[in-house]
Amino acid sequence: MGDTVLSVKDLVVDIPTRKGVLRPVDRVSFDINEGEVLGVVGESGAGKSMTGNAIIGLLDPPAHIASGEILLKGSPIQNLEKKEMQKIRGFEIGMVFQDPLTSLNPLIPIGEQLSETIRKHLPVDKKTADKRALAALDEVGIPAAASRINNYPHQFSGGMRQRVVIALALCAEPSLVIADEPTTALDVSVQAQIISLLKQLCRERGTAVMLITHDMGVIAEASNRVAVMYAGRLAELGSVEKVLTTPEQPYTQGLMASTPLASEGKKRLNQIPGAMPTLGALPSGCAFHPRCEFAYDKCRVDPYPTLSDCNGRAACWLVTENSEKR
Amino acid sequence: MLAFSIRRIFQAIVVLAVVGLVAFSMFRFVGDPIDNMLGQERTDADIVRLRTQLGLDLPFPIQYLKFLQGAAQGNFGVSYRQGRPVADIIVERAPATLELAAVSVIFAIVGGIVFGIFTAIQRDGFIANAIMTSSLIGVSLPTFLIGILLIYLFAVELSWLPSFGRGEVVKIGWWSTGFLTVSGLKAIILPSITLGLYQMTLIMRLVRSEMLEVLRQDYIRFAFARGLSDRSIHFKHALKNTLVPVITVTGLQIGAIIAFAIITETVFQWPGVGLLFINAIQFVDIPVMATYLLLVSVMFVVINLVVDLLYYAVDPRLRSDGAVKAGHQ
Repeated sequence: MGDTVLSVKDLVVDIPTRKGVLRPVDRVSFDINEGEVLGVVGESGAGKSMTGNAIIGLLDPPAHIASGEILLKGSPIQNLEKKEMQKIRGFEIGMVFQDPLTSLNPLIPIGEQLSETIRKHLPVDKKTADKRALAALDEVGIPAAASRINNYPHQFSGGMRQRVVIALALCAEPSLVIADEPTTALDVSVQAQIISLLKQLCRERGTAVMLITHDMGVIAEASNRVAVMYAGRLAELGSVEKVLTTPEQPYTQGLMASTPLASEGKKRLNQIPGAMPTLGALPSGCAFHPRCEFAYDKCRVDPYPTLSDCNGRAACWLVTENSEKR
Repeated sequence: MLAFSIRRIFQAIVVLAVVGLVAFSMFRFVGDPIDNMLGQERTDADIVRLRTQLGLDLPFPIQYLKFLQGAAQGNFGVSYRQGRPVADIIVERAPATLELAAVSVIFAIVGGIVFGIFTAIQRDGFIANAIMTSSLIGVSLPTFLIGILLIYLFAVELSWLPSFGRGEVVKIGWWSTGFLTVSGLKAIILPSITLGLYQMTLIMRLVRSEMLEVLRQDYIRFAFARGLSDRSIHFKHALKNTLVPVITVTGLQIGAIIAFAIITETVFQWPGVGLLFINAIQFVDIPVMATYLLLVSVMFVVINLVVDLLYYAVDPRLRSDGAVKAGHQ
């Protein structure tokens, strides 16, 4: 792996409300290297998308970054001026959204949407930008791109539109792409195509990818490393093989046990009892302890552990204790 | 597109015929024109003679058909009061009303869109809230009151602007314009603000709510994520998507501005067709009233047709569906 492209350190996102401050992202730290795909998994509301939005600077007010650092190629970007951030968005960090049907402006031809993005970030004239737009569409596998460049989004299918969205995210050659559930709104057959397209394009360019999803299949297929999030906190971080086969954090263990496998036949699925706490009613200590079968006093009383408090891989007191015993 | 236009033209003819029929049936309740035309010392014989001469003794459907027959040939009859062909009178008066309406419409559209976008972008800002609150005045005050207030302030107290009339006009062919003289330009300011204020606040509130809705859409978020500038996102990506409903309402409002210039023209003694109509009612001048109503309905129909065609220009999704389907909307 190459250099570190993105480095997030102790990121905290706060939403002030009348009933007090909610904290959808709490002391999250991770790195992504050049050409690497980091999968971020977790239930709805675990803070995955919030983390992605914080990185690209698109948090909806009143949500804001309360503390922590976001380093892009070594320089902090969390407190940049609006104009500076505009230069980074699309140029250094590309983003792919969940629903391709609503991500494209319905009244503007796709070619124009591409060339306006290219011209915003690269010092090229209109003609060159149009050429690059055409090349970008070719690259993402739009058939007969030259004849479709002036078409409007409604003239494309869902899968094709997501290809256009990927072309838009990559057209200024960013060093990081945040893909926020890029396949959730697509057919299963199209999902695999989109994932392999994203993977292939980013490998060719050495682009780092933050792949947000709740689909373990997508993670297994596409990512190098996995970050598991629970209630706004990182629960586990490690290589795909390790996290999927030998998870250490009890939440990850439960998550893996509840993933259906074709090889297991009609066995009843495991489930984790209870539900993820809402942000307004987080339990003391580790957020997972009310649902954890291994929970003991330390989990309920002590401030919750971060990865660095434990072995750097799983945020769990039990993991630390076990490794100390050994 | 052609089939669609032809269909709409047929619909328009039916609408015009119905409007004319309704209008004609109502004229009988406005009063008897004979009372006004003949003095106190009329005889029964005079009344019968004039009635026959004007064709007022015929049943009203026949009168209506005769009017339509004439109108189809461009002959709208002779005004009872002025004794001149109605067509001539209207042509003479129309430029005043059309110029007033044009200035009001431009004021309403430009002001409405600019303030609408501003209040949507600066939501909860102090100035935006002030504009929103004062726009309630525009919506709730009746037109004539606004006109009188403006006259009091700018004509009586400050004496900056004239309180009535068109000022000097210049003749260009048959068209008389007030745009080429200083007094003409000064004279049009107050009436056009009075006439357009309600429409401006309406368009502003509509643009604002549409804009707020559009700014929540994913493609706006995606446009921000692509690093586009605020100005390009607000004015290119968002504004275009607010236009379809705005065009609909604006179209109807343009019709309303032309049709209901009557009140403003009365307040400012503006020598247009609205004032002509008011005077015609007092005198029960049936040919003038009928022609005016016909003219207004023609304008409504034409504007609606233009609005429907504009949808195609703005929204590419309608174009590929084919014109036939859209015709049924």
